[in-house]
Amino acid sequence: MTNKNTVAGVSAALLLLLSGPALASSVDETVNQVFASATGWFVNFIFSPFPGTSFPWIVAWLVVAATVFTFYFFFIQFRAFPHSISLVKGDYSDPDDAGEVSHFQALATALSGTVGLGNIAGVAVAVGIGGPGATFWMILAGLMGMASKFTECTLGVKYRNEYEDGTVSGGPMYYLTKGFNERGLPGGRVLAVLFSVFCILGALGGGNMFQANQAHQQISGILGGYPGWITGVIFAGVVFAVIVGGLKSIARVTEKVVPFMGIMYVGAAIVILLVNVDKIGWAFGQIFAGAFTGLGVAGGMVGALIQGFKRAAFSNEAGVGSAAIAHSAVRTKEPITEGFVSLLEPFIDTVVICTMTALVIIITGQLMIDPATGNYLVEGGHIVTADGSSGVGLTSAAFESAISWFPYVLAIAVVLFAFSTMISWSYYGLKAWTYLFGEGKTKEITFKVIFCVFVVIGAAANLGPVIDFSDAAIFAMAVVNIIGLYFLMPIVKRELNSYLSRLASGEIKKFK
Amino acid sequence: MSKKFLVACDGSPASGRALKLAIEQAKMSGASILLAHVLEWSPYSFLTPEEIEERHKRRSEEIKRAETALIQPLVQDVKGEGIEVDSVIRYGHVNETLVDIAEKEGASQMFIGRTGHSSLSKIVFGSVASAMAQIAPVPCTVVP
Repeated sequence: MTNKNTVAGVSAALLLLLSGPALASSVDETVNQVFASATGWFVNFIFSPFPGTSFPWIVAWLVVAATVFTFYFFFIQFRAFPHSISLVKGDYSDPDDAGEVSHFQALATALSGTVGLGNIAGVAVAVGIGGPGATFWMILAGLMGMASKFTECTLGVKYRNEYEDGTVSGGPMYYLTKGFNERGLPGGRVLAVLFSVFCILGALGGGNMFQANQAHQQISGILGGYPGWITGVIFAGVVFAVIVGGLKSIARVTEKVVPFMGIMYVGAAIVILLVNVDKIGWAFGQIFAGAFTGLGVAGGMVGALIQGFKRAAFSNEAGVGSAAIAHSAVRTKEPITEGFVSLLEPFIDTVVICTMTALVIIITGQLMIDPATGNYLVEGGHIVTADGSSGVGLTSAAFESAISWFPYVLAIAVVLFAFSTMISWSYYGLKAWTYLFGEGKTKEITFKVIFCVFVVIGAAANLGPVIDFSDAAIFAMAVVNIIGLYFLMPIVKRELNSYLSRLASGEIKKFK
Repeated sequence: MSKKFLVACDGSPASGRALKLAIEQAKMSGASILLAHVLEWSPYSFLTPEEIEERHKRRSEEIKRAETALIQPLVQDVKGEGIEVDSVIRYGHVNETLVDIAEKEGASQMFIGRTGHSSLSKIVFGSVASAMAQIAPVPCTVVP
């Protein structure tokens, strides 16, 4: 809503200051207002809670799907877990296929797209609001999500497009069209187009602007405040060099450093847990007690459950469909093997890394307990923390309390995670783009340039509504994708039964 | 069973010298020659999504290039000397793959060229020739 006074006020401010920041902030406000009024209904719809509760239906949608797939494939995530590990180790890889993309490489690349801010900042938010009990529900949702990943990644490989030059394109848009045709179902093409549109929006927003924005917050937090567009231009330049210029060396460096950072993060967490080994029993006690009573958090048990489920879903993207794009390029004769490998992804992302973050926050005593009742002290919906921080600050404080220099490592990790997530999402967005507009160099470059422009916008501005919208777009992908998965899951079951019987009969054999 | 000499080829002058010696010896003993070219590859390296997508195409190109630019001319050379010849191109860790080829193909001897340079990386990580001296499953001739 614009009225004369604000226009006059803004103009006066501009005239008085004639400075960049004021101009920038007024541009931000205008963009925010226009964008919010145009897209607010969509954001509200996606994140709207069930009537009379604060439980967003989209979270239930993801968790219900994960539960359905878990039962439909009879706990595939536990049955196939050892076999998944052998596949990643290369026990079933034909040595004559050496030089092709291995299962390990496909998993590592997909992981670098999902492991990121959600594991560091998101978990802190969940535990800060939902208490230690949120961890229990987060782990449960992560375990269930493994079945969703299994389903979508199998389909991603099965229905990918293989071109004459040997390159491949896959993802939900392809299995929605081809799979629905195969089963004689209508509407596949409509779902595929919808998915692609949401995927492009999600790639530009949550997979790009949000990441750039958070990376800038981290860097400016250490170097002191400076304009976001500087970070944006540098990031955009590097992203441009990688995705347009084909500068593989930069990508290779990050692809090597990111897993190293992930291992270092988990390693540091384990060290902290070992130092506090006497408190681990207590911490798990808090997690179990909190899961069913809430231990005083806002909303009690349900509050803890919402936070945990939400975090798991937001972090591992199971059911969103993005992983199906990432995994579909692997070289395998059996699509189901990639499904087995992909089910490790939510396990590593949520059950291992997210749980580590939560345990460190709990064990280092960041959450304040009322000694009189044994419950957590809550103020304004949040648990009172040792130094009043929340989000990534809370994680940082927890690690700092044990390892004083760790916040610097954490800042570097956040920036690198943000970068690798952007590279991954630029690819997901590109695949959706080429599905809609066709393959071709000019079309691809167009998308990549747009992507880089959004890096600068994301880092420069504090565009709350735009971020909300892009998050909503990512979850809208899940709405379309999961509808498709329900219709196509019998195909996955057929593949699974055929593979398991051939595995049992010895037709599929180990090479190592 | 007739003798089979495995010669590691990477297009370097050193591997050329190794092949020359192998040809001389094969002529005397009536052995056949197996040319082996190994493209360094680890299934545990990290790739970007685009590299993954293009991997199959790149692999075909790499194998084709090695076949036409490196192996075929050598095969013709050896044939020209009147010796029975075969070739193999494989991906993998160079040392381990050479050992694997020697075992699978039943080679009776191996010939490896040594560059003679002692660059820092070779001092630290060792060269293929020095590794073969340690792990070769059959008698191995290192040619300077």
